[in-house]
Amino acid sequence: MTITLNGERFELDSPKSVAALLAQLDIDPRRVAVEHNLNIIKRQTFSDVLIGEGDSVEIVNFVGGG
Amino acid sequence: MTDTPFVIAGRTFTSRLIVGTGKYPSHAIMAQAHAASGAEMVTVAVRRVNISDRSKESLLDYIDDRIFILPNTAGCYTADDAIRTARLGREAGLSHWVKLEVIGDERTLFPDNEALIDATRVLVKEGFIVLPYTNDDPIACRKLEDAGASAVMPLGAPIGSGLGIQNANNIRIIREFSKVPVIVDAGVGTASDAALAMELGADGVLMNTAIAGAEHPVQMAEAMKHAVIAGRLAFLSGRIPRKMYATASSPLEGVIGT
Repeated sequence: MTITLNGERFELDSPKSVAALLAQLDIDPRRVAVEHNLNIIKRQTFSDVLIGEGDSVEIVNFVGGG
Repeated sequence: MTDTPFVIAGRTFTSRLIVGTGKYPSHAIMAQAHAASGAEMVTVAVRRVNISDRSKESLLDYIDDRIFILPNTAGCYTADDAIRTARLGREAGLSHWVKLEVIGDERTLFPDNEALIDATRVLVKEGFIVLPYTNDDPIACRKLEDAGASAVMPLGAPIGSGLGIQNANNIRIIREFSKVPVIVDAGVGTASDAALAMELGADGVLMNTAIAGAEHPVQMAEAMKHAVIAGRLAFLSGRIPRKMYATASSPLEGVIGT
């Protein structure tokens, strides 16, 4: 199945939770914020929210800025 | 005259200097510059994680735990994008403060006031402490305050330009009009610009490029710390009026040979 991850096509073998996706990508969940189909996902619910076919996911963190 | 504390939305800061985290030669130099500046609040940007390259070290590892982190919405050109970015920043940072930017033009990076005021209104309703980066326009600042902004942050000059305060009189008027703190944000090039901002009555100064882009960022950070303190003291001290002609400092009587 295909999702849009940070604006680009991304292949997933099966639907998975936000927590599982972050683990697959080797991303520390404490350092990022996640938006799923334009909804902000609370960190406590990363394990509960399922990402499915065609979904759009944004994963952001802090970078240097003024 | 003793100073009043620098308070934004109930939070007291000892330092009136706020600095950025962008464009430093390295994270290590940034950390040293932060320490030298004495700043207690730094800005950060919210950006997509690089999925393909996870090797990059985290910015947060280089920000002292005692420093308050203020996420910005830099790079947003619509109120909607700025609101989305603010919400993501809140989720990532566990703070509900935001330096709100809605840019109206790529070349000048001047703010889009109308969209900025709209976004301020929405975010304030959602419980955000909103610090909007705005034009040096007293009316826009008044509208932002009415929309619930916790401070107003008029530009001194375009972002990263280093031109210094372009419209000193407007900054003075904004200070006179505002009940919330006024923080001059953007345009500072060197220490005297920061001092001038404070002499005009600004409650604080926010800068990034002036420090990060200097040949010696850590030294410049220290210079900015002193400039902000000096400018503030001068403001509180009540400067002498400007006069066209000289007034002697030494006594006129008792000069020899007369």
